Amino acid sequence: MLRFVLRRLIQMVGVVLVLSVLVFVWLRSLPGGPVSALLGERGTPERRAALEKALGLDQPLPVQYLRYMERAVQGDFGVSTKVLPGEDALDIFFARLPATIELSFFALVIAIALGIPLGYLAARRKGTPLDTTTVIFSLVGVAVPVFFTGFLLKYFFAVEWNLLPVSGRQSTGLDATRVTGLFVLDGILTREWDAAWDALKHLVLPAVALATIPFAVIFRITRASVLDVLDEDYVRTAEAKGLTAQVIRGRHVLRNAILPVVTTVGLQVGALLSGAVLTETVFSIRGIGDALATAFRDKDYPVLQVLIIAAAAIYVLVNLLVDIAYAVIDPRIRTR
Amino acid sequence: MSTPMSTHAVHPVHSSEPLLSVRDLRVTFGRRGEQPFKAVDGISFDVRPGQTVGLVGESGCGKSVTSLAIMGLLPTRGNTVEGSAVFDGEDLLRLSPGQMRDRRGREIAMIFQDPLSSLNPVVQIGRQVTEVMERHQGLSRKEAMPKAAELLERVGIPDPKARLVNYPHQLSGGMRQRALIAMALACKPRLLIADEPTTALDVTIQAQILALLKELVVETGTALVMITHDLGVVAGLCDEVNVLYGGRIVERGDRHTLFSRPRHPYTVGLLNSIPRLDAPRGEALSPIPGSVADNLPWDSACAFAPRCPNALDVCVQQTPEWEGDDVVGLRCFNPMGVSR
Repeated sequence: MLRFVLRRLIQMVGVVLVLSVLVFVWLRSLPGGPVSALLGERGTPERRAALEKALGLDQPLPVQYLRYMERAVQGDFGVSTKVLPGEDALDIFFARLPATIELSFFALVIAIALGIPLGYLAARRKGTPLDTTTVIFSLVGVAVPVFFTGFLLKYFFAVEWNLLPVSGRQSTGLDATRVTGLFVLDGILTREWDAAWDALKHLVLPAVALATIPFAVIFRITRASVLDVLDEDYVRTAEAKGLTAQVIRGRHVLRNAILPVVTTVGLQVGALLSGAVLTETVFSIRGIGDALATAFRDKDYPVLQVLIIAAAAIYVLVNLLVDIAYAVIDPRIRTR
Repeated sequence: MSTPMSTHAVHPVHSSEPLLSVRDLRVTFGRRGEQPFKAVDGISFDVRPGQTVGLVGESGCGKSVTSLAIMGLLPTRGNTVEGSAVFDGEDLLRLSPGQMRDRRGREIAMIFQDPLSSLNPVVQIGRQVTEVMERHQGLSRKEAMPKAAELLERVGIPDPKARLVNYPHQLSGGMRQRALIAMALACKPRLLIADEPTTALDVTIQAQILALLKELVVETGTALVMITHDLGVVAGLCDEVNVLYGGRIVERGDRHTLFSRPRHPYTVGLLNSIPRLDAPRGEALSPIPGSVADNLPWDSACAFAPRCPNALDVCVQQTPEWEGDDVVGLRCFNPMGVSR
């Protein structure tokens, strides 16, 4: 097991290195650039050249890359050019991380808490109206873009019916103490219940919007997996033993059906990170997704590089955790 | 050879009231808009306490469906079950799903064909044995664990305590089938249904499992319904044999009579298709020609007629009636050994 984890961690370093090259080259091949973004229309050729030199962009690409990596291994990923000029890019990432973690976590909780039970029910009642409606609903969940769902939710629940806050993470004027940067958790830790409740209310709409795609995928995989397992001989054996429906459901059906779902949940972290860009923009949440969108607009290379590489590292890391969890649940993998 | 069958058929222990009495069992599969398929077409048989009854036939003859119908394990959608299966004075087919659940595993247990797929891959063997006792005997897992170890030992699993925490994939095929038998016998059921319990096993393991079943049946007095396509299994184990074809019983008798004086051409065909070591070298096996797909409907003919070497004109014009009782009987216009 330890060897497996070590091997995967080494692989992860490889993935991140290759990705760093790709991101570096790809960003610089896009039209525009930080110089145009910073100087706009007023940029004279002289000023452009001076700025390019100052940013080191006048050097050939390989030289730029090697210089960047040389500093990166020392923990220096450069400073932001436009998002927060002069701010350390890595600091921006860490400052923005809690908001995205909080949002993604709640979205994932919603997706799992709805997706797995509904998937089970739909499989058990295959062909009934319950099954058909949930399948159609999940299809819509996959098909409708996150930003559209977001606007729709915002329009009805926040604007029309005034049930939930329109945007942001915390109501203005609420003086909350910060501990972790996860606002709900902070409120609980400091026993500022009104702050925790306020942060939770702010989370509902963006988390629901972000959850639609992972929910739909988890639902469909669960449904298909339960249908497969229900046909298995060991479920018939369990029935032949006269076990209660509850034991058969938990120990014999779900425990086996959950295996492919676990893998899916890991892969959904990718969907959450990309969905966060849109959701955070729609709901004005200052997280990684929002920073990424702004940095793209402003061609802020150092910030973009850090955010993209870190997002990839998170994705790989989460999937490593999923693989470890899989081995814990499935004894057949453990002994191999 | 010509011993009257009554001397074999009536063993003292078998003369009691039947434990299970299946009457005119019919199972029809069918979806809306499709021609319904009669998987089991009016089967009747008795099983007495301590008796071993065989249901023999090719794939698709309805033997497994019969056992699943008795157990109440057929899917509820898309099929109908008619007739009766009276067990200890109660018609199992009229019980509610909940009442049936209380009897399965406690009064009636079942062993299945493929021991690997019949065991839950992610649950330890011990847990799969104890869960039956937890359910029916009100034991805690802790109380049931030593009993599970005893059961594993009883079915011949070496080092049972260590096996309790094993998962199915860590056991050999024979061990897995033994574990399944231990689960079936955990609550000392009065009736055990074994559906092809040796088919997925090596020949040497098959013999061990059959010997074990035989021993357990004698020891516990459990009645056994043995479902198989293998007449060798029948010869070694069963008191009474029912030969099924196309969802009906075509011949019944005690095993001595059935093996020495088979009368239905299908029974003869089954016997002739067993490879024999004492057959002359180079002699070909004589399989039954055709396949179950050639069947005629029973309601207007003998289903076996297209494959039957003895078929007469009447065989494709009329349905042969059951002649006999619950001990011996035949469904044939032109049985073997009778001159035309």
